[in-house]
Amino acid sequence: MIVVLVETEESGASVVSQEALTFVRTIPGAEVHAVVVGAADATLRAQLAEQGVTAIHCLVGDSFTAYAAAAWAAALVEVVSTASATAVVAAGTPRGNEILAHVATRLDVAMAANVIAVDAVDPLVVSRQVVGGSALEEMRLGDTVAVFTVAGHAVDPAPAPSPTQPEVVQAEPAVSADDLRARVVRTEERESADTGSLTSARVVVGAGRGVGGADGFDDLVELTELLGGALGVSRVVTSLGWRPHHEQVGQTGSRVAPDVYIPCGISGAIQHWAGCQSAKTILAINTDAEAPMVTKAHYAVVGDLHEVVPAINAELRKRLG
Amino acid sequence: MVNVLVCIKRVPDSAGEVMLTDDEMTVDARYVGYTVSPHEECAVELAIGVAKATDGEATVLTLGGEESLEQVRDALAVGCSAAVRIDADADRFGPADVAAAVADVVRQQEAGGTGYDLVLLGNDAADTGDFQVGVRLAYALGRPVVTGISTVEVSGATVTARGDGPAGTEVFEVDLPAVVTVLEGGVSPRYPSIPGRMKAKRAPVETVAPAKEPAGGGRLRLKLPPAQPSQVEILGQGADAAPAVVDLLQQLGVVSR
Repeated sequence: MIVVLVETEESGASVVSQEALTFVRTIPGAEVHAVVVGAADATLRAQLAEQGVTAIHCLVGDSFTAYAAAAWAAALVEVVSTASATAVVAAGTPRGNEILAHVATRLDVAMAANVIAVDAVDPLVVSRQVVGGSALEEMRLGDTVAVFTVAGHAVDPAPAPSPTQPEVVQAEPAVSADDLRARVVRTEERESADTGSLTSARVVVGAGRGVGGADGFDDLVELTELLGGALGVSRVVTSLGWRPHHEQVGQTGSRVAPDVYIPCGISGAIQHWAGCQSAKTILAINTDAEAPMVTKAHYAVVGDLHEVVPAINAELRKRLG
Repeated sequence: MVNVLVCIKRVPDSAGEVMLTDDEMTVDARYVGYTVSPHEECAVELAIGVAKATDGEATVLTLGGEESLEQVRDALAVGCSAAVRIDADADRFGPADVAAAVADVVRQQEAGGTGYDLVLLGNDAADTGDFQVGVRLAYALGRPVVTGISTVEVSGATVTARGDGPAGTEVFEVDLPAVVTVLEGGVSPRYPSIPGRMKAKRAPVETVAPAKEPAGGGRLRLKLPPAQPSQVEILGQGADAAPAVVDLLQQLGVVSR
């Protein structure tokens, strides 16, 4: 039996958690239980039924009203031991990686972060992303309980062959004071909401060193607005102070997965590629036809972004009337 | 007075192409050089900030061979005042091994009269991407831990840590001693001055041996994702390509109206 931590948002299970549920079905014969924090409404129950989940453990009580990784992990460990689970899985999000690190430590077993494939089942061998996704590690998870997170977009979420009618179990596990020492005491509004739109935008316009300076972004911002997208920048751009850090796309910034990514003046260092490789279509604009960003792209325009982008903007304005 | 320990790791620079060693057990970085991850550069900056603000000390720690002194001296050059190197081959150490070795050092130093009120690490190593050393270290030391933090401030015996959460900036207030892992973005790492570099060259670095043989991280081998032959379609050169670009964007359905 496999326990999957399912992260929820307003629309029910997050997409990456649905991916994780789809992913664990690649392990043959596994019955899947979901653990969620809070109650499971009808939407969430339907989503989890579609994913073939047989039981939903809802964590309720004062210990779970504000985020505390250790408390959530303690509850997961309790589910694991009462249900004799053989694996604990979450999406490879900040929350997922943090909580499962706690779970693995408590169970004194290994943890594999950002797994993209199961290579062998007995003993369990997984492939996971290392070096920001530019290399893969084959890792043995030989412990009694396998703990791993699933990398974003390792699989597309897909319904199980036959839907289930999951049993809903309310759990109010006792949590020790130690496990509530590190707990969110308040949430402050972000200075800007741009980062959120960056990870959910259908179009992301990328900007790199080729922009040339902090005052060179006007055309790119206009293109972004014309396409109703978001602006994402390379690490060079934030390091030089041209744009704020929350706009950074890359291994140490946001990871984006838009329908279309338009990197302009970005050479395509691994650090950046790690954050944009999940884009469905990449259209690169670069003066260097040999730049990695261009050779890895689906489409490219060879030229100076300061000439190409204004021409695209003019063409878009013309067609949009 | 808050003493801060900041842990860093020498890793291949991720600016270049990744190549593997012949035995496929590690990244061959001969041609790309080494660095520390941006997360750890920010952790060093935060450590120095807390130490300065409280008249404490910032100590830098690494686990690695003699070559990792390069990264240790970089941290000394920007303001860390002491350094410890756990002399070991980092590739043989899994995340649980690293956490145990660092915990040993923290306990030894504490027994010797130097307690670290705050231990800072990067959120995840740029090479192995394990996302767990900080958490394991905290459990080994019996301390609270917060991860993915952008800024820290210490007031009295409490550290206030802020990080990006799903709904906004999450604030944690945690009693010291504590462990915090840092994500890039909350502070700008400072550059070393020439006198800083000169001083760092001569600064002593305490070398300790790990107490236990490592169990390893379960690595069987590394592999590179299959090389995709370039399939790029060049839409045109310069401004003349604009109509073709907009045709494509319309085909892809991202031009509204």
